[in-house]
Amino acid sequence: MTHWWTPARAVTALVLVLCAAVPYLAPALDEPFYVIVFARIMIWAIAAVSLNLIMGYGGMISFGHAAYLGIGGYAVAILGFHDITSAWVQLPVAIGLSAVVALVFGVICLRTRGIYFIMITLALAQMVYFLSVSAERYGSDDGLNILWRSDFGTRFFDLEDSVVMYYTIFAVLLGCLLVKWRIVMSRFGMVLRASSSNDTRVQAVGVPTFRYRLVAFVIAGVMCGLAGFLQANLERFVSPDMMNWHRSGELILMTVLGGTSTLFGPVVGAVVFLMLSEILSTITIHWHLVFGPFLVLVVLFARGGVMGLLGSRARHD
Amino acid sequence: MDYVLLVEQLLNGFQLGIILFLMAAGLTLVFGIMDLVNLAHGSLFMIGAFVGGTLALATDSFVLGAVLMVPAMFVIGILLETVALRTLYRRSHLDQVLATFGLILFFNEATRLIWGPEGLVIPLPNFLEGTVALGAGITYPVYRVVIIGVGLLVALGLYLLVAKTRFGMLVRAGASNRTMAGALGVNIPVLFTLVFGIGAVLAGLAGLIITPITQAATGMGEDVLILAFVVIVIGGIGSVRGAFIAAVLTGVIDTMGRSFLDLLLLLVLPANAAESAGPALASMLIYILMAGILFFRPQGLFPPRGATAIQ
Repeated sequence: MTHWWTPARAVTALVLVLCAAVPYLAPALDEPFYVIVFARIMIWAIAAVSLNLIMGYGGMISFGHAAYLGIGGYAVAILGFHDITSAWVQLPVAIGLSAVVALVFGVICLRTRGIYFIMITLALAQMVYFLSVSAERYGSDDGLNILWRSDFGTRFFDLEDSVVMYYTIFAVLLGCLLVKWRIVMSRFGMVLRASSSNDTRVQAVGVPTFRYRLVAFVIAGVMCGLAGFLQANLERFVSPDMMNWHRSGELILMTVLGGTSTLFGPVVGAVVFLMLSEILSTITIHWHLVFGPFLVLVVLFARGGVMGLLGSRARHD
Repeated sequence: MDYVLLVEQLLNGFQLGIILFLMAAGLTLVFGIMDLVNLAHGSLFMIGAFVGGTLALATDSFVLGAVLMVPAMFVIGILLETVALRTLYRRSHLDQVLATFGLILFFNEATRLIWGPEGLVIPLPNFLEGTVALGAGITYPVYRVVIIGVGLLVALGLYLLVAKTRFGMLVRAGASNRTMAGALGVNIPVLFTLVFGIGAVLAGLAGLIITPITQAATGMGEDVLILAFVVIVIGGIGSVRGAFIAAVLTGVIDTMGRSFLDLLLLLVLPANAAESAGPALASMLIYILMAGILFFRPQGLFPPRGATAIQ
């Protein structure tokens, strides 16, 4: 920590400034489409940041994290479907529901470790996915349109305004990063990291790690539910595909691509992942043919992700 | 509800269980011995359907296609293991999940490129069409009877292989304690390559056998893969016997839930509530079962004997 100006921090600053400037930069460059692309990227970044909290620091590899995206999103869509568009109802429901689901899922899967944990989170998320598929009233596979974005009841803060929508997402991303940073640096975060490297030992010291891990799991679920809330509002649409298990896999990929156990890695990962797929998909429709092996190679050879390459050490061991 | 429908659905559930077992058997051994999370096992299911289907169409015989598929899948499995997966054994579960997830994207796109986006339809041979009377007024499609029969034969063969042969003894030793088995002179890498090849054949067989009923489509293995995960979690990782029991349990409960749960709910709920809650609850049933079993037995119903505690 002798130099405060490291490459990793330069990239962090660059990405944040870029995110902040896009609503002005994109029209100036005659590419207004990039406003929505970046709004999407930031939502994925929020979800990836929340995943990294439990995966990077707590060693809990959740392969079902996209379920909370769906829960947050469907909270908006279903309430909207019943003509309840007030954000003061939708937001607490989205957050509360994510928290309750995360709590129940957490109690079940935190009893297990390793491969079991990965598969159980996947299966539980799959359960939520099939629940949304079987809900015929709410559109099944076809999904549900959202006529009105969440209404905060004041004209000074109206999500229908695309600039307000964009900066709301940006603010939530910054907020989540701040919360994550505070958690990781706290005593709570210390317990979390310690239990991921040697749970038995931490328990032997007298710390009830299960509770700590459960609370972290719930916090991550709520953060991701918030991302779902934003995504539903941005796209004005929800569908079961939001929580397809491919989405959960992609979240893990973004996190690893950017650098697990780093504060800002998931954001960089989301930017790289989504920009890369954006670019590759314009070249060929068979872009997965290149993208799949690319991911394998990243896993095999670029340990620590982008942030790792830039010299940022994971705060892990 | 009449008992004919009940028996038919029971058989359907059993048949789904057989398919799940063919998938889960390979997965559970791969997990058990090598501690490898292989998401690409679902791709093997799909590749089996496409390769077997193409062979069947080329030879104009479904049976011949199925027979030729066996060595083809064995070779594909061994190639996949030696080229891609072998480097992953020493890596973390996270790396394994990611790398095999990348492989899924690759295989899905490759099949789409080779066989086109509309997939492959494989007709049944004439002698497998029609229904057969099982007595007591119950008729059942011949082909589904064949699926159940083939599945039971494979299960029996696998049981004999694992429980009665020297090869099976080594496999069990590897699943219980890989390091110790290696120290006693078992060539674990070769053993594992063979096991992986067998797993690939079983997955491919499951994929091919289901294709005349559905059709070969890109990504067809993924739902089955996740169900197979549920199966091996319930059955206990590394146990073939556990996989069989859990697979049949899962198949039957899932199928019965989808057919009869709304009727059962009618007993306690008003009609429109039962109608909407029925399908929703039915689709969640096996996951609830899994959660329940894990709550009381975190290592599944039949963890392999002497296996080291799951870390």
